[in-house]
Amino acid sequence: MKTIFFLFCTLVIQNVSAVTTLAVTEVSPGIYVHFGPHQLPDKINHGEIANIGFIIGDSCVAVIDTGGNPDQGYALKNTIEQITIKPVCYVINTHVHPDHILGNIAFKQSGVKFIGHKKLARAMAVRGEYYIAKASDQLAVKLTAKHIIAPDMPVKRHMTLDLGGRKITLTAHPTAHTDNDLTVFDQNTDTLWISDLLFIGHLPVIDGSLKGWLKELKRMEKQDYKVVIPGHGPAVTDWPKSLQPEKKYLQTLLSEIRKMIAKGQFIEDAVNQVGYLDKGQWKLFEQFHKKNVTTAFAELEWED
Amino acid sequence: MKKQIVNAWFLVLLITPLLASAAKDERDWNKILKKQYFSGQSIHQSNDVIEIEAPYRAEDPALVPVQIISHIAQTKAQYIKKITVFVDKNPFPFVGEFEFTPESGKASLAMRVRVNSYSYIRAIAEMNDGQLYMTKKFVKASGGCSAPIGADLDAAMKRLGKMKFRLDKGVKKDDATLAQLLISHPNITGMQMDQVTRFVKKSHFVDHLKVTFDGKPVLTAKIDIAISADPNFRFYFVPNKKGVLKAEFSDTSCESPTSRKVCTKGKSYSSSYTVNPSI
Repeated sequence: MKTIFFLFCTLVIQNVSAVTTLAVTEVSPGIYVHFGPHQLPDKINHGEIANIGFIIGDSCVAVIDTGGNPDQGYALKNTIEQITIKPVCYVINTHVHPDHILGNIAFKQSGVKFIGHKKLARAMAVRGEYYIAKASDQLAVKLTAKHIIAPDMPVKRHMTLDLGGRKITLTAHPTAHTDNDLTVFDQNTDTLWISDLLFIGHLPVIDGSLKGWLKELKRMEKQDYKVVIPGHGPAVTDWPKSLQPEKKYLQTLLSEIRKMIAKGQFIEDAVNQVGYLDKGQWKLFEQFHKKNVTTAFAELEWED
Repeated sequence: MKKQIVNAWFLVLLITPLLASAAKDERDWNKILKKQYFSGQSIHQSNDVIEIEAPYRAEDPALVPVQIISHIAQTKAQYIKKITVFVDKNPFPFVGEFEFTPESGKASLAMRVRVNSYSYIRAIAEMNDGQLYMTKKFVKASGGCSAPIGADLDAAMKRLGKMKFRLDKGVKKDDATLAQLLISHPNITGMQMDQVTRFVKKSHFVDHLKVTFDGKPVLTAKIDIAISADPNFRFYFVPNKKGVLKAEFSDTSCESPTSRKVCTKGKSYSSSYTVNPSI
């Protein structure tokens, strides 16, 4: 009889796991992360490259980023349902990039509030159509305008949400990685979900302001956090040490490009000369470095 | 569409080689552009007068650095009067026409352009005797015109109209001298759609630019949406005495990104820079 019961259980579990789920790691009590691979979004990974996950409170769950396509969003939802019976009450988007927002539709139902930086809605409006077109061309993912889901609750500077016995504080940052970066701090476990303000292993990608990003990092570097969860790369427990490679890369771009501008050199020179020393340390360097230099140069030539 | 702000990872294209080679064609030039801009004229294909330098694969399709290098000196007897630039496959292929004088010293030019798909960039030089010389360069880039408006739109709008000249130190009298002009302007293409309203944002771009030295024209340009946000030009002039380098530009807003029939004139801006050459 025992054996039969055991078999029955096995069957049930197999049945459940037939639903698509994501591998997640509990990095702090009640905080689960699915770690994305360091890859370019393509037709094989369908844009599923970012770290996404959720935080479970006594009364409900906050989702932090929903993935690179609707299917990944549904898989994240299934994963949550296997781990807890508590309902999702908030979906927090850390910024506009498609690998973080394109699973939003999986959570669109009454009782779920979408939250983002006060500039997130505008960024989605300006880029949505472009992301939809590119998803079809480059990710083999069919999207329509309904997949771009803007926040119901904009965060101006700070916002604290109560998940039941668990308060999380959201911070809307000035322009850094993008102009709509939001971070999530869990008070109970001293965990900061910093998302794409921190890249580990994957070359940092500038899509906002090099100067603004460095300024935010220098400010946050002085804080203590037990666990920090980047947007790309492993969760770390040695903040601010784990920040140093990114800071060094960005700082090098800043000082080298400033020097070139002062010497009267041009953007064409900068993309071939600046920042190649630490090339070997980064994944996807070839794919993003020259674009970073271009973006940074165009920003820095307007200084003074 | 500035360096604007493209989520960089989308830049890597998975376009098949077949598609790429199909794009390397002359159809748009032969069937449309040549007739529209140089009807009935014969054009020499040559790299001896001007040549284009541009990256074969562009890192940022909204900011592709393009240099047009002149191989001849500007003299009263023989000079390049005008250079017209196209990106064949752009929704509005005309990039700009740039007029020079013998006083320009050298008709070389650098600019930053948007490239919307794999395409030839071509430049046609018109000499003072009316002869036309064409050169071209193939560039792999995609999405430069529809790429969303810049990284920090608020910062960009705040400094709209600001200009800066950059010259090397130690300008010498009577030498052809390189000058860089930076213009702060989002140069909106009109192809960046607003997801919420479903309306495409109207184009808003720099359409005329005039640079003079001591009141005499150095560079006069008619330009369009293919010029990247924060237009940036490098050109030559000859400082034959102490004088003022002056840039004036105006902008416009058109109802359609691909037609110039219905446009509303915008504002004009100017900026001056005193040049004091040493002998």
